[in-house]
Amino acid sequence: MTALLEIKDLHAQVEEQEILKGLSLTVNPGEVHAIMGPNGSGKSTLSYVLAGKDDYEVTGGEVALQGEDLLEMEPDERAAAGVFLAFQYPVEIPGVATMTFLRTALNAQRKARGEAELSTPEFMRLVREKADKLGVSQEMLKRPVNTGFSGGEKKRAEILQMSVLEPRLCILDETDSGLDIDALRIVADGVNALRSPDRGMVVITHYQRLLDYIVPDIVHVMSRGRIVRTGGPELAKELEASGYAAYTEAA
Amino acid sequence: MPAVRETVEQVRSIDVDKYKYGFFTDIESEKAPKGLNEDIVRFISAKKGEPEWMLEWRLDALKRWRTMSEPTWARVSYPKIDFQDLYYYAAPKQSAGPQTLDDVDPELLRTYEKLGIPLREQEILAGVENSRVAVDAVFDSVSVVTTFKKELAKHGVIFCSMSEALREHPELVRKYLGSVVPVSDNYYATLNSAVFSDGSFVYVPKGVRCPMELSTYFRINEKQTGQFERTLIIADEGSYVSYLEGCTAPSRDENQLHAAVVELIALDDAEIKYSTVQNWYPGDADGKGGVYNFVTKRGDCRGRNSKISWTQVETGSAITWKYPSCILRGDNSRGEFYSIAISNGHQQIDSGTKMVHLGKNTSSRIISKGIAAGFSENTYRGLVSAHKKATNARNFTQCDSLLIGDRCGAHTVPYIEAKNASAVFEHEATTSKISDDQMFYCMSRGLGEEEAVALIVNGFVRDVIQQLPMEFMVETQKLIGISLEGSVG
Repeated sequence: MTALLEIKDLHAQVEEQEILKGLSLTVNPGEVHAIMGPNGSGKSTLSYVLAGKDDYEVTGGEVALQGEDLLEMEPDERAAAGVFLAFQYPVEIPGVATMTFLRTALNAQRKARGEAELSTPEFMRLVREKADKLGVSQEMLKRPVNTGFSGGEKKRAEILQMSVLEPRLCILDETDSGLDIDALRIVADGVNALRSPDRGMVVITHYQRLLDYIVPDIVHVMSRGRIVRTGGPELAKELEASGYAAYTEAA
Repeated sequence: MPAVRETVEQVRSIDVDKYKYGFFTDIESEKAPKGLNEDIVRFISAKKGEPEWMLEWRLDALKRWRTMSEPTWARVSYPKIDFQDLYYYAAPKQSAGPQTLDDVDPELLRTYEKLGIPLREQEILAGVENSRVAVDAVFDSVSVVTTFKKELAKHGVIFCSMSEALREHPELVRKYLGSVVPVSDNYYATLNSAVFSDGSFVYVPKGVRCPMELSTYFRINEKQTGQFERTLIIADEGSYVSYLEGCTAPSRDENQLHAAVVELIALDDAEIKYSTVQNWYPGDADGKGGVYNFVTKRGDCRGRNSKISWTQVETGSAITWKYPSCILRGDNSRGEFYSIAISNGHQQIDSGTKMVHLGKNTSSRIISKGIAAGFSENTYRGLVSAHKKATNARNFTQCDSLLIGDRCGAHTVPYIEAKNASAVFEHEATTSKISDDQMFYCMSRGLGEEEAVALIVNGFVRDVIQQLPMEFMVETQKLIGISLEGSVG
């Protein structure tokens, strides 16, 4: 079986400073991986490198998405190939209605994959159905992308995008940050609804709390640009009790 | 009698051999020789069979123009124009007048297609009935096709070429022509007054709401032919009219001069909405060629409670010098200016508006969105003034500039003059850049680089897009994307 995501000995730097120092990770279809770790361990850098952000320079190693070289692709090509990053800090795009944004994104991806664009009624039906489940109102869909959204609204909007775009690989970067318990539950339900045998997820989080709701198959601990420990869901509980001190000092 | 046939017969009726300069005639057009003098003005006037007073008016303008010099205050630079090296008249030539629209030269119809005239308007040109847009198509200088006159006539609305108006409604033209933009207003307007070739004339009678959007497509076709359109729109008491103007031009090496004049007059309780999409040839990647667009557009809110609203989308031309303005003369009158000005490559735009508050309780609103990319320079220049008697004048101005790349410039030059202490003028301005974060966010969702720019820019200009008539909205959103192609990467 080809791995969904295969990262081998990945090195990356930002402004000449090496952040990822030989990270390896394999995600198979259907698996949910959690990546935990202290601040500054390189978790967000990993997510940006996978999505293809400029200024994040890969200096070594390989990343393959279903056997294809991900690092060769532009960010939009990665999206069309099925990579989705739910941002820790979603970006505001004033004047562009969320609905318009979603539609432009979905049709751009479909076009890139050689599929027909969705008609307006088809698209509206699709979005309404998904938005309802996430408690995203019609009014919110008319508002400009992330503009004036509360923290919770931003995260729900990210998950809505994810559920509309139906990616193969979902990367969630600190999706729990800034969420109260009710919002967390809604977002987690949305993510869980997307779990499927042919989709993989990488859930990046600082706190164990999110993993009570999105239960991972595998938990990794990241420190100083590497994965230093891997285990089952119980590892997250252990970290909750002992903290990251052992990893920051040992490394 | 259709305008086309009239024009053709008019042209035929002139004994060209007697004209001492003769004609330059090729397959498609007739034109007067290069240069500008009294004879050329007489020639143009005679060609059009104008009344004597019109000729005198033109000659007077020419005399004044000769004493004037080109304005230099705008933030634009270009090689000096040799006004004696331009043609001042060109008319499409047809051997016989088309009896119906089907008889119109297919070459002309193909040109419309190339210009991207929307299907709906093409249908009109093809004779499809029940469409709600009337097109008075201007091909080069003379109106070639005029449609929907009958339905408009039913409501008493006059919509025709300026030439026809001079023949059929001379009293209206004489009363209003030059009453908003005086003959000696400025260098280019004066030039236009001397040599204007044709343009549109609209009169909406008292209490009539014009039953359809009136639409004109302009195009510059002839090599080195200055285009001097003259448009006059009069909305009589309690009437309403919405006028759409869309322009484009084919690629060309020589610079082309365009100096149009548009005058709007709104009487008591009348409203005029004037929308423009300007997409003339901007020159090539090195800044060679492109249209010089030196336009004078002004509206006079002459009556009480009158309203004039300008909406412009400026994406073309090498140089744009254009300030659609409102004279708020009537008490309680209102002026609006909504603008999107996009410059890319080596384009230079110096555009804005003047809101001149004269009457009591007048209000105005200015929303300007400038987008500069490439090596372009984009200037907003605006004046808001309240005269002594303009009690309770109100203005709100918002000027936003968006920069793409780091080799272009955006400038804002607002002038505010309040001679009445009760005036309340607000001015807000922002300058921003498309951020890398916004680009990455869009691209991580699957949008290509240019698609991302187009989306972000369309968001930036949304407040103005919403002011456009439906016919122009979708077109404009696409045009914005096209105009900014090659602006990133």
